[in-house]
Amino acid sequence: MRIYALMGLLFFSISSISQNCNNTLSGKITDSHDGTALVGAMVIIAGTEQTVVTDINGYFNIQNLCDQTYAIQISHPYCLTNGYKVKVEGNTIKDFQLEHHLEELNEIVLKGHKENKKINTIAENKLTQEAIEAYSNGSLGDALNSLSGVSSLNTGSTVVKPMINGLHSSRVVLINNGVRMEDQEWGVEHAPNIDVNTADHITLIKGAGAIQYSGDAIAGVIITEPQAIFIKDSLYGKTIVSASSNGRGSTLTSKLTKSSATGWFGTVQGTRKRYGDFEAPDYILSNTGTSESSASLRFGLNKFNYGIEGYYSFYKNKIGILSASHIGGAEDQVRAINSNIPLIINDFTYDIGDPKQDITHHLARLKAFKKFAGLGKVTLQYDFQQNHRLEYDIRVGDDSDKPSLDLVLKTHTLLVDIDSKLSENSTLKSGIMARYQDNFADPSTGVRRLIPDYEKYDLGIYGIGTFQLQDNWFVEAGARFDYSYMDVYKFYRTSFWESRNYDELFPEIVVEEFDNQLLTNPQYNFYNASGTIGSTYSFNDNYKLFLNYSLASRVPNPSELFSEGLHHSASRIELGDLNFSSEIANKVALTFQKQGTVFGFSIQPFINTINNFIVIEPTDVEQTIRGNFQVWEYRQTNAQLLGVDVDATYAFTKNLDFKHQFSFVKGYDRNNKAALISMPPVNTTNEITYQNLKANHLKLAIQSEYVFRQNEYPNNNFEVYIAQSETYELVDVSTPPDAYHLLNFKSSIDFPITKKSNLTLGFSVTNLLNTRYRNYLNSLRYYADDLGRNFLFNLKFNY
Amino acid sequence: MKTIKTLSLAVVAALSFASCSDDDDTPEIVNEEEVITTMTVTLTPNDGSEVITLQSRDLDGEGSDAPVITISGNLASGTTYDGAIVLLNETESPAEDITEEVEEESDEHQFFYTISSGLDVTTEYSNNDSDGNPLGTEFTLTAGAASTGTITFTLRHEPTKPNDGIESAGGETDILVSYSVTVE
Repeated sequence: MRIYALMGLLFFSISSISQNCNNTLSGKITDSHDGTALVGAMVIIAGTEQTVVTDINGYFNIQNLCDQTYAIQISHPYCLTNGYKVKVEGNTIKDFQLEHHLEELNEIVLKGHKENKKINTIAENKLTQEAIEAYSNGSLGDALNSLSGVSSLNTGSTVVKPMINGLHSSRVVLINNGVRMEDQEWGVEHAPNIDVNTADHITLIKGAGAIQYSGDAIAGVIITEPQAIFIKDSLYGKTIVSASSNGRGSTLTSKLTKSSATGWFGTVQGTRKRYGDFEAPDYILSNTGTSESSASLRFGLNKFNYGIEGYYSFYKNKIGILSASHIGGAEDQVRAINSNIPLIINDFTYDIGDPKQDITHHLARLKAFKKFAGLGKVTLQYDFQQNHRLEYDIRVGDDSDKPSLDLVLKTHTLLVDIDSKLSENSTLKSGIMARYQDNFADPSTGVRRLIPDYEKYDLGIYGIGTFQLQDNWFVEAGARFDYSYMDVYKFYRTSFWESRNYDELFPEIVVEEFDNQLLTNPQYNFYNASGTIGSTYSFNDNYKLFLNYSLASRVPNPSELFSEGLHHSASRIELGDLNFSSEIANKVALTFQKQGTVFGFSIQPFINTINNFIVIEPTDVEQTIRGNFQVWEYRQTNAQLLGVDVDATYAFTKNLDFKHQFSFVKGYDRNNKAALISMPPVNTTNEITYQNLKANHLKLAIQSEYVFRQNEYPNNNFEVYIAQSETYELVDVSTPPDAYHLLNFKSSIDFPITKKSNLTLGFSVTNLLNTRYRNYLNSLRYYADDLGRNFLFNLKFNY
Repeated sequence: MKTIKTLSLAVVAALSFASCSDDDDTPEIVNEEEVITTMTVTLTPNDGSEVITLQSRDLDGEGSDAPVITISGNLASGTTYDGAIVLLNETESPAEDITEEVEEESDEHQFFYTISSGLDVTTEYSNNDSDGNPLGTEFTLTAGAASTGTITFTLRHEPTKPNDGIESAGGETDILVSYSVTVE
């Protein structure tokens, strides 16, 4: 192409000798990144032997040019030399932009990474690729659990929801590959639908600071990101196989990336997991098997000034729910609690029977960016998600194969972000978000909808400014405004509608009346403000202080507003409230950090004051034809959470490291002056690692995990009459289980296969002593012990 | 630049597609199929005297209003009754007979009768499941000396079968209703 052009040029220059050749070509040459004028750039015109140099303002002026197309070359010491074709017709003005030199380009990529930091005034906790690989067979919640301040709310061992500083569910915002996960995470037994193997690194922000993504992250934000792909010709990948004794299953995950020097790249990735029933130390946890399949595809063009990327992921997960946890009312609960072992124990099987969850999640994203001189980087993103959740209960007759819950949630989001540099010391990031969401609950289940049909529209706008006051002093401030509109169609039982006094409070929302049900159309408008302000101060190279204040507002989610009826899998009646308003949280977080090769630590205290905090708690026992059921009601109160997370590392010798983690959180209900339910107990993890780089990177680690008993909890126990014994029995649903201590062992060793490929073998044992324990934050703790010893073999092949 | 144009076009197209979804349709009502709203125990005396019915009725299903319990009369001392249990879902019209489903899956169900210590009443199973173990939708009841107390009917789903009574049966409770009765 270029040769033709040059030949054409040659031809034109011959034929145009007789033309008017008194034209000038002038213009300005600027740096494409920040728009600064490039002084002393050299402009060479092919065929005229003219050479000019730009002046102090970046301007150039070339005279005596004819009406024709010229080939020119522009060079600058700091930039890539580039050729252009310019058509001169009369006096022509043309501006040029130059890219930095390749070496410097690499530097800028790194700097760009720094600018990508989610927030600079809260110390981030990160999970590196190596740490994520260790949890290849587990869930995202398991992987995050290894960070201080993160615990998990479990339903058995495979439904794991991350909990940050005592808060969970929709208070934890999950950003997967730049997309906010919308996967019906409102209930306790809905874990995030992400394959942990798709993430290259995971960042945890304990606070609402990341207002770029949302203003409602009262607990914090979890960001999973894919691998950065370099602009060079390459083909690489990895495969991890892991097999474990507990659950007698395995995980296979594989990834392949092709990148090219032109900027095009593509990655394919897939994971398959299959486990049978897991085991406690003394018995099999029947119906706890799991089967997960996922795949993702990522492709795009990566240029310095612009880029485009597409991403699609598919995730399917089938999870068995412990058979013994499926009970019918308070009498059964008394039997289950009083029994030391689960009431149902069957032989080991890979079959996943009812009750079970079956979830499919599609995520597609298109993203493009372009850098404009003087404006900055503009990013446009559209994403679509579809979550299909089926929950199967044990049902009788013709319905036995039908799900009890069948929800499809579709979400479309459009984002525009502008990242600009205001001056040498300040930046401004701003953006706008529009989202449309539609939830459909299939009535063919024959079960009244747990979550009603609704449509939701969101509009958000934000701005974040950063200011480098001094070399060691950095300040950041941001604000966000969100508008949400919800249009809901919900059936209510007339008896409930009247018992709640809704017939007097909301008569206008009734659409239609049936025999014993009402169709209502609640509509909500929420206007939420959020913001953050923070500062980072470095005392010297080692000591740093982060201080951040954030304001977050969360719209109540549909289950909190509309729940009404028996939640089969929890065997309790759950009730929401139409009167709820947004939760408003004010969080102050401080981090004092020392980095060092021998000794390092970080201390992170926080205080989170939440107004209108929505909590679900047992309130009553209701008599039904099936016996007595517990009633769990959502209510709003004012809550206060405070705590501290501590991390410390100490290197005894070059090969021997010690790592310590400690988390403490207290949650109080300020209205009732009582403890909040489901707060994580104090816990500490200590680990000693021996590492020898010379002996094939041999790594041996022993880890001790101590979880104290939760001593502060609300007493929601109740009594039920047991006909068989003619006595009233206490149903103890409140008392937390005892403290426990687990020992884990980890080891790994590397074998280079060829110059470019590497094999890592890993062997680990969790719950080494086969300790019997129950975890306060596991909703199945009433029914069975937690997991027993597990031998895990792990093989990773990098190529 | 061209790619960006194409992309923005795609986005606009996708959004307009999304906003076109019909939102005028109101959702379909769900009348729960498996809810048991009503349990009626009919006790027919062998001597031809008055039939006694015990009924628990909870028309709104679980939650809100508690079940309404009615007992038509007192049991006569020294009389033997043929008992039959009928379970209905009255949220549907006509009401659905759930007893049929229980009898179809007889090997997965069993009724238990718990008599409080003060009440002089004995019961015996009259029907069996497909494996010959007790099912109990039909039974006989013999009223002894004059006394008062409660009879509790418990239907267990997937109990251990055969069993030595409710304590060892396990399973999940589908129905649990206590009736206060008098033998005179």
